[in-house]
Amino acid sequence: MPDKLPTLQSIRKSQLLLPVTALIIMLLINVLITPSFFRISIQNGVLYGYTIDIINRSCELVIMAVGMTLVVAASRGTDISVGAVAAVAAAVCIRLLGSSYDSYAIAPVLAILICFAVSILCGAFNGFLVANLNIQPMVATLILFTAGRGIAQLISAREINGVMVPGQILYVRMESFKSIGGFLPGIVIPTPVFIAAIFVLATILILRRTALGLYIQTVGINPKAGRLVGINSTLIIFFTYVFCGFSSGVAGLIASSRIYSSDANNIGLNMELDAILAVALGGNSLGGGKFSIAGSVIGAITIQALTTSLYAMGVSADQLPVYKAIVVILIVTMQSEEFKRWRSAYRLRRQNRKGAEK
Amino acid sequence: MENHVVLSMKNITMSFPGVRALQNVDFSLYKGEIHALMGENGAGKSTLIKVLTGVHTRDSGEIFLEDKPINNRSPEEAHENGISTVFQEINLCTNLSVAENIFAGYQPRTRLFAINWKEMNEKAAHILAWVGLEHIDVTRALGEYSVAIQQMVAIARAVNFNCKVLILDEPTSSLDDHEVENLFNVMRQLKADGKGIIFVTHFLEQVYQVCDRITVLRNGELQGVFTTSELPRVQLVATMLGHEFNELASIRSHSQDIDRDDKVPDVIKAVGLSHKGTIKPFDLQIKKGEVIGLTGLLGSGRSELARTLYSADKPDTGTLFFKGNRLKASEPIDSMRAGMAYLPEDRKEESIIADLSVRENLIIALQAKTGVFKLLPVAKQNELSEQYIKALNIKTPSPETLIKQLSGGNQQKVIIGRWLITHPDFLILDEPTRGIDVGTKTEIQKLVVQLAGEGMTIMFISSEIEEMLRTVNRLCVIRDGKKVGEIRNNNLTQQDVMAAIAGGEKNAR
Repeated sequence: MPDKLPTLQSIRKSQLLLPVTALIIMLLINVLITPSFFRISIQNGVLYGYTIDIINRSCELVIMAVGMTLVVAASRGTDISVGAVAAVAAAVCIRLLGSSYDSYAIAPVLAILICFAVSILCGAFNGFLVANLNIQPMVATLILFTAGRGIAQLISAREINGVMVPGQILYVRMESFKSIGGFLPGIVIPTPVFIAAIFVLATILILRRTALGLYIQTVGINPKAGRLVGINSTLIIFFTYVFCGFSSGVAGLIASSRIYSSDANNIGLNMELDAILAVALGGNSLGGGKFSIAGSVIGAITIQALTTSLYAMGVSADQLPVYKAIVVILIVTMQSEEFKRWRSAYRLRRQNRKGAEK
Repeated sequence: MENHVVLSMKNITMSFPGVRALQNVDFSLYKGEIHALMGENGAGKSTLIKVLTGVHTRDSGEIFLEDKPINNRSPEEAHENGISTVFQEINLCTNLSVAENIFAGYQPRTRLFAINWKEMNEKAAHILAWVGLEHIDVTRALGEYSVAIQQMVAIARAVNFNCKVLILDEPTSSLDDHEVENLFNVMRQLKADGKGIIFVTHFLEQVYQVCDRITVLRNGELQGVFTTSELPRVQLVATMLGHEFNELASIRSHSQDIDRDDKVPDVIKAVGLSHKGTIKPFDLQIKKGEVIGLTGLLGSGRSELARTLYSADKPDTGTLFFKGNRLKASEPIDSMRAGMAYLPEDRKEESIIADLSVRENLIIALQAKTGVFKLLPVAKQNELSEQYIKALNIKTPSPETLIKQLSGGNQQKVIIGRWLITHPDFLILDEPTRGIDVGTKTEIQKLVVQLAGEGMTIMFISSEIEEMLRTVNRLCVIRDGKKVGEIRNNNLTQQDVMAAIAGGEKNAR
């Protein structure tokens, strides 16, 4: 058999083909409208440009999408609490660090670790409900989706006239905290990019070096068979929620550092939807089973590219969802099985017609 | 005989990547005919059916229904054209009522466009009475009824509409004899009504009972169309296999009285084991290298006894000794680690992991046994899968092919391979040959005997008594969730076994 044929076919069949194409088309349109789109310059000692901005801004979404991918794959459902959990994690971190101009209230490393621990706890709560109590994922995570922001507001309390008032915006005044969501001194690439890259690579590495990836897919495809071959599906599903909680915590930390404050109402707002969308755009089935982390990452960057380019075209923030929806419809349609069938049927008809003409 | 062709397929060709599944196949079906479609696994039977019903798109060829060319793009469209299918694995919603299942998508409406429940339930009861199920409450959930009844409901649904052609794809593989007879009566009735029936099955016996003509496929090619009454069985089998058929006799060779030999150690010793609601307390001893058969009617508790041993259903009472040691298992993984393996009855639901490759399906049990953090090296995975694909003669384009793209028999071989890779001491095979062609069946039976000869202990469960008589040393008889006796396989005949199953406990032991 010729060597080329299968490779060509495997590219055509690859799950990543459409997501990558969608991203490329989006970038090309951007170049047509904004010729300076790909221009990257160094200003004030850091990289500057549209593409840098897209990659930088997409980091939280990329991290969340990775967690969401595993949840979807194993539990055939989605975790809609990720945005709220990010807000909780951010509130915990900011509250612990304090608002002094001179020093942190506790060691920053400790604050970050506690913030992660809280997000993991949130994930474990979701995981317990879904995996152990068999509650439908959307219902189970609805609890933290609604309660999470309330908790974040309770944590973001400040003393005003001798009374603790929740729902305040707390600020961290120390400059060094800003470097998590900004830049490390002397480095031109934004820190979130490093964090996201490490997060994604570490996840992929764990999935490749252990049988975890295989287990997650097995549990998502056929949990009954999984159990009979000795896989503890409860534990696997629980783990994916814990991991998803952790990813929300990391995203929350970056988001809070960007604005060096804890805004319980806005951090991670509507991000659960974008994260789910990123998973779907990446060619992953929301029905669970097989998954591609790379696909979700590309999906997340595509969404951010869309947002940034719409802003660049002067679309106002409240109009944004409409345009986003149109693009999403196009991409999702292109990926649907039914559409693929139409296409192959069309090809067949055309071939038959050609055959008849002969 | 004046025959009206209701359906004809001409020059059908269809290929999957790397496999030519059908090559210039012709098929024709008369009105009022039961036509058997036969062939080994992977012969192209299912593919032909799927092309006909629009699940697959053919590469070339034409289909005519009552002389009009048709092109079904989906099973729904085929259904509307008058071609209905009942699949081996029932595709109904067990959580909906029987009536809803029969009318799903075609519910009778009231003037206000709401569902007319009364009319629907009445009609459903009427249809079911016609297929011999007048005692069914159509408002109860389908899942409350047995597989046999679900199958009948599926048929009722299929023939409910202006059905001209009814396709039955392995409908009898999960039915017992009485239920099969019921089904045949319904088929004969449909035949008298002038409907054409395509009957896909592996049971030669049944073909000769009900079918008028037989079309045989092999490797995607048409082998011939025969009138049933003029085709001797041996010749049919020879046509299916493509070579002269060596008799299936005398597979079993080794000692019969292994269970009486005190020097041979026990592998399984169960004392008072039970699972609430499915199997009453039972005692069981199995010696090393023994093949023990479980027999009983469908739903008697055969599978449940096996599941209890494997802790697929955790036993509620009793103790289990495995290789002389007390085994306290609460999950399948514990039993696996001790050295058990279990091939479940329901291949689609409980065995195959459809979207994973053959390789992944093969190594998954060993991987689970090894542990999540000790990933089997890729080289080792490839080596194992190559080895077992070869040893079990699994027909697959490559180890990376998705298991769902294989034929049923080859899927089953993969699952057997999955367990053999773990080198179990005790292997439970629950209906390993269901829905599998004669050739593969024999291969599996031979394999069982061979493995037992090498010292593996095997529990073999099958609805086909004949098959068990060829392979097992001893038979356990299960009736109504209770182990009622054991029979040693010394020149047993089917009649002996059936008598034991049916009830005379005096026959047992």
